[in-house]
Amino acid sequence: MSTHTLDEPKYNFEIVKWFTLSAVVYLVVGTLIGTFIASQLAWPALNFDNPYLTFGRLRPLHTNAVIFAFGGCVLMATAYYIVQRTCGVRLWSDKLAWFTFWGWTTVIVLAVITLPLGYTSGKEYAELEWPIDILIALVWLAFMFNFIMTLATRKSSHIYVANWFFLGMMIMITYLHVGNSMAIPVSLMKSYSAYAGVQDAMVQWWYGHNAVGYFLTAGFLGIMYYFIPKQAEAPIFSYRLSVLHFWALMFGYAWLGAHHLQYTALPDWTGSLGAAVSIAMIIPSWGGAINGMMTLSGAWHKLRDDYILRFLIVSLAFYAMSTFEGPVMSLKTVNALSHYTDWTVGHVHSGALGWVAMVSIGAIYHMVIKLWGRELYSTSLVALHFWMSTIGAVIYICAMWVSGIMQGLMWRATDDYGNLMYTFVESVAAMHPYYALRTIGGLIFFSGAVIMLYNIVMTLRQPAGAGATAASRA
Amino acid sequence: MAFQEKTEKNVWLLSGVLAISLLVAGVVEIVPLYYLPDTFEELTPEEDNIRPYSALELEGRDIYIREGCYTCHSQMIRPFRDEKERYGHYSLAVESKYDHPFQWGSKRTGPDLARVGGKYSDEWHHQHMMDPKSLVPESVMPRYPWLDTAMVNAGGTEAKMRALSIVGVPYTEADYAGAAAAVDGKTEMEALIAYLQVLGTMVNFQEGKDYRQ
Repeated sequence: MSTHTLDEPKYNFEIVKWFTLSAVVYLVVGTLIGTFIASQLAWPALNFDNPYLTFGRLRPLHTNAVIFAFGGCVLMATAYYIVQRTCGVRLWSDKLAWFTFWGWTTVIVLAVITLPLGYTSGKEYAELEWPIDILIALVWLAFMFNFIMTLATRKSSHIYVANWFFLGMMIMITYLHVGNSMAIPVSLMKSYSAYAGVQDAMVQWWYGHNAVGYFLTAGFLGIMYYFIPKQAEAPIFSYRLSVLHFWALMFGYAWLGAHHLQYTALPDWTGSLGAAVSIAMIIPSWGGAINGMMTLSGAWHKLRDDYILRFLIVSLAFYAMSTFEGPVMSLKTVNALSHYTDWTVGHVHSGALGWVAMVSIGAIYHMVIKLWGRELYSTSLVALHFWMSTIGAVIYICAMWVSGIMQGLMWRATDDYGNLMYTFVESVAAMHPYYALRTIGGLIFFSGAVIMLYNIVMTLRQPAGAGATAASRA
Repeated sequence: MAFQEKTEKNVWLLSGVLAISLLVAGVVEIVPLYYLPDTFEELTPEEDNIRPYSALELEGRDIYIREGCYTCHSQMIRPFRDEKERYGHYSLAVESKYDHPFQWGSKRTGPDLARVGGKYSDEWHHQHMMDPKSLVPESVMPRYPWLDTAMVNAGGTEAKMRALSIVGVPYTEADYAGAAAAVDGKTEMEALIAYLQVLGTMVNFQEGKDYRQ
């Protein structure tokens, strides 16, 4: 019989293990597809004249794989882990938890089949067709209900801050998914959005930006608020700052979607409102980043040899950077240049690779050690993974800054007589070196994910005795 | 902090406060778009030729969506001088009032297509879809040869029109009756080209008029 505390039947950690391992696999798959479609933009022959492999069909598969397969599994693994540990009780229902695992896995399998076949609702980040949307809604409600009921049966008097963020994320994602997916079915795999034109655009970007704001930010801030204090073995820097961070983010983030529609046919007031709140959001975002980083005050030396902590802290640096960049890009004058360009793609990836993926990777390594009660197979491979992730993300982001700003400037350039200086395709040709560079950045990041998968598989294949040191540390 | 203390100790109170505060922004930003009169531009009868897509154009639009064209092409011209030079008059809200879903896009890896209708011949589009590099050597667009051999499923068009009419697209009985015949024997390529050729052509813009007050 094992003796460490984590194996007590008190908690359901089996579900956490399954979601954790799924997340690692989906990180590899999602970044592989991303690297492939990045190569297609640099070398279009890679579309192979094959309908199932064209950029237009694989790009939604990439975004769905990284956001919903990888991100979703990380959120469910960490939410189930954190809620049990901070409440001191087992999940309210094991059956509902397993329903979320198999339901979510079915959604992902269906996405892998239907998206390359061209079944899509045509709305960015919400491409899956209506029957799959219904399954997503059921799984999500089960996830939320189980989470709330676990909180309701907790042994602690206060609900820990990480759980606030998860709860806010769950409620908002329910609104967003149901609101944006409203459609009239024509057949089993074809439907039309219930909204048209400007209204559809506003609903879509209310959904689209808040998928970033709640799914990819609020949920992962919950991860930050639990795993940074745990890994640093120090309490969170400021309770008051976390209260401010939480409510400002919950109320404020929801307004930002309109900044995706600056200068479009949407009425001007919506874009201005979106930009104004976007600027204000710098304050809670940086408050949260500072709160996480300052948790290390007095213990900065831990960064020197703890690579898991490095993943967590560097992710906050990327978070701070992209939550400054985002509001700047929402300003009309900047947006006039940046919109429709690769700058937006770079911005998304500084958030996705630098913040979301790196905070998740830190949390996953931490959980693998605790869940299986053993040391990692190789800490030097974690170090290597850290550097590959950081360097890969930085190369990607820099390539997109240069190409994005260059596109924006080339499109608007006029000569002394007021004629356009460049044809559109000249801007396409000018992008080639940066698209190649972006592929290299993505390839490095992807290779890091492969190393992580290898390291974790080897960790699990170690004899159970290897866990002795970890158990004493836990 | 007394209220904060209460919310931290009661999951139902916390959920309730969140459920309300998360809803405000969406309601404020979306609902007025359904009743504020300045959301849609006023057009004179001479200017306004906006109509639902024909059967063939609708099938073409569905192919545009299926192939994920929106991942690289926008359909939304902004009111800037360079966009006017390159693409034409800025897009109006009324121009996409029958678009379920909207296809404004968010990225221009390729050029904007909001007013591509009538710019090139049908033959040009055909050759371009078969092999973009044969017309634009620097292009990074994939080839779409399968569109030239796949036929539009004429049996499904009427159901699509009827579904759209539920959400407010004013198709008529005559449209339903003629739908199957209009697309019968057409290739997907022909349908897609029909769609591209109608894009941005439904408003007769008057020189010098400001459509956004």
